[in-house]
Amino acid sequence: MKIVLLLILLTAALHAQTLPYERIVNSAREPGHWLTYSGNYSSHHYSPLAQINRLNVVRLQPKWIYQVRGREHFEAMPIVFDGVMYITDPPSDVTALDVRTGRPLWHYRRAIPEGIPACCGQVNRGVAVLDDLVYIATIDAHLVALDAKSGAVRWDVEVADYKQAITLTAAPLAIKDKIIVGMAGAEYGVRGFLDAYDAKTGRCAWRFWTTPGPGEPGNETWSGDSWQRGGATTWVTGSYDPDLDLLYWGTGNPGPDYDGTVREGDNLYSDSVIALSGATGKLKWHFQFLPHDVNDLDSNQIPVLLNAPWQGKPRKLMLFANRNAFYYVLDRETGEFLKATQFTRQNWAKGIDVKGRPIPTNTTTVNAEGVLVYPDDDGSSNWFSPSYSPRTGLFYQNVREKGAYYYKADTRFRPGQLYLGATKRDIPNEEPYGTMKALRALTGEKVWEFRMQSPPWCGALATAGDVVFSGTMEGDFFALDAWNGKVLWRFQTGGEIWANPISYRSEGKQYVAIAAGSALMVFGLD
Amino acid sequence: MLAAAAVPLFLLMMQAPSGDSIYAGQCAICHGQRGEGGRGPSLNRTKLRHASDDTALRRIIRHGLPGTGMPATWLNEVELVEVAGFVRSLSNARKPQAELPGNAERGRAIFAGKGACVQCHVVNGAGGAFGPALTGIAAQRSAGHLRQSIVDPGADVPPSFVLLRAETAGGRTVTGARVNEDTFSVQIRDAAGTLHSFWKTELKMLKKELGKSAMPSYATSLTGPELDDLVRYLAGLGETEAQ
Ligand code: HEC
Ligand code: HEC
Repeated sequence: MKIVLLLILLTAALHAQTLPYERIVNSAREPGHWLTYSGNYSSHHYSPLAQINRLNVVRLQPKWIYQVRGREHFEAMPIVFDGVMYITDPPSDVTALDVRTGRPLWHYRRAIPEGIPACCGQVNRGVAVLDDLVYIATIDAHLVALDAKSGAVRWDVEVADYKQAITLTAAPLAIKDKIIVGMAGAEYGVRGFLDAYDAKTGRCAWRFWTTPGPGEPGNETWSGDSWQRGGATTWVTGSYDPDLDLLYWGTGNPGPDYDGTVREGDNLYSDSVIALSGATGKLKWHFQFLPHDVNDLDSNQIPVLLNAPWQGKPRKLMLFANRNAFYYVLDRETGEFLKATQFTRQNWAKGIDVKGRPIPTNTTTVNAEGVLVYPDDDGSSNWFSPSYSPRTGLFYQNVREKGAYYYKADTRFRPGQLYLGATKRDIPNEEPYGTMKALRALTGEKVWEFRMQSPPWCGALATAGDVVFSGTMEGDFFALDAWNGKVLWRFQTGGEIWANPISYRSEGKQYVAIAAGSALMVFGLD
Repeated sequence: MLAAAAVPLFLLMMQAPSGDSIYAGQCAICHGQRGEGGRGPSLNRTKLRHASDDTALRRIIRHGLPGTGMPATWLNEVELVEVAGFVRSLSNARKPQAELPGNAERGRAIFAGKGACVQCHVVNGAGGAFGPALTGIAAQRSAGHLRQSIVDPGADVPPSFVLLRAETAGGRTVTGARVNEDTFSVQIRDAAGTLHSFWKTELKMLKKELGKSAMPSYATSLTGPELDDLVRYLAGLGETEAQ
């Protein structure tokens, strides 16, 4: 009797179902949980679980499937802790699932107004959790805090006016006592920003405009008033260094995407990574990958943070596999450029100079005859996550191998309208494809590559079992040997995979979860 | 505030492309300079199959017709209105079309007989499945393009058609049209219409002949008048044009 009581108490304690900041900072201490968008604040998107390994992964099989109602791509990255999985289903709904059974515990369904301008679908990539609240950033540009146990709305604040074509698709990032929210809309001539909200009240703590206004440093990098429509949006969840209290966030293309003549100059802070104080939102440093971009090569990839020796000295580094086909290593305390390596086909740059500035080729002016550009505007990499394994020292990046022709088009600006300046046509008789590339983390040098039928929209997940999981547009979910890229296991899910896999442990067993088609699928051994 | 500040820019941008220049740049390649058709159907008609009203027309131009050769564009609302207006104006500018030469009845006979086209093409439910079905082809392609497809099939192979050559580890080879392919497997339909499925690990070789046709050219095996008859027959497959 006593033992039973003790057991009940123990289970209750395990299922605290509250997620204080310290737990996220120390996520390495609870490898069985997936506590923040990229697994940890350094965005390794890696699972330290090793139960599923190179030898037994062949026995992996589906355990449960949860079907969402959404009509759009299902891009959610789940958060899992204390027996509950939190997912978002498009456009802006949240569901809490019991991880033992796959049965829903609660839903939050948001009524979405008609006619929201969103270039790339009314999607959502997941929630953030802090203490006992679950946060979702919605397609109609609100930030909503839900009770983690019931889904009840605690507060709901407007981040921006969606009628101005500002939408929210990224998972928020919870740090200390704040919720960081990035936004999208650079295809519509919006002005980008990154916001922080008080986690308890929803009051705006700070806003950092990613295109500087008059009188601010960097405003001179925009001709006339073009900074007002300059884009540089923040639509993929960034990373955080708790010791430095620095947030690292990628920024998107300048607007209009393909016509630079209406925005002469470098166009800061578009196509950059910015380092902001978490407490104040003040800019500590920035590094612009691509000044004056005219090929829509957003730098909205995930900054991966790594402490490692660099030329003999320990250094705080940032790894960044950019959509522009170059892999960068930066010093994340200062923003100093250390190295760039081309990791796939591109024709927009002759190279990167010693300061990290690209030397452009002639693909940079669209004309009426059409200009061939590699990669195309979906980039070599994109929002889907890379994975870093400390065991192999490799950085796993899915790559889109595709180019396109671009033709000049209208650049008149009208609020809420596409503001691109070009149109696009695929290359006849050339079949695009995809790869997963395993790059040496400190050099970007390729160790192996695995070829996929089509350019992927799925991220990679490496695990301590030395397995890398990923998926394809044809619905194959697969596992590769992390050391050599050999196929170990595959499963046809029957739906396009537009998401990132994660891994967690429940009742002592390791599971792998992926969204495919409109299903969230969970796989385990036996 | 935004709009007020943007006014000078607006004035500067007034020379932005109009409906006819958008059409010339992005549509004429498939629909012909004056909407007479090509790889795409003629657009110089008062009635369009997929576009009963202007909203539908703009939607087609913006999003394309998935699964057909009609691509999506990135045109904004203003450009869409302009190019849709231009498309509607094409029917006014239409010149009375010369009657196509040839005889459709004789064409039908060649299709089933001398040309043996029916071995590879379905028309109205009958025929082989190797090539694309031609039942509604007149609504999708111009007569000129149909003629080209017969005499020079390689000149413009529909992107959905990919010719594959596969060789198994055991040395068996299969040539045919790609039915489906993913990272790990491929499905092929051969000229006899038989379906083959392979895991890629079972194959020694898998060759893609992008832009190559599996259809023989009839440039020399059919006479000029016979071609006229065939094209006349094919151009009648599908809806008759509303005048
Ligand atoms: C790459 C070739 C291609 C291009 C470029 C192209 N089209 Fe098309 N279009 C097609 C094809 C093929 C179809 C027929 C689709 C079907 O029904 O199978 C079509 C169909 C259409 C239709 C529907 C016709 C009907 O009868 O309902 C319209 C309207 C149209 N296109 C307009 C345009 C406009 C305007 C542009 C330029 C902005 C354009 N297309 C560019 C190939 C093209
Ligand atoms: C051996 C099989 C074969 C035979 C016989 C054959 N075709 Fe084809 N045909 C194909 C294939 C495969 C394609 C698709 C690839 C291409 O367009 O070249 C095709 C394409 C076409 C197209 C273009 C369809 C489109 O969507 O644009 C037309 C028109 C056509 N064939 C007409 C004919 C006619 C008329 C004959 C007889 C005189 C004929 N074919 C005989 C296999 C065949």
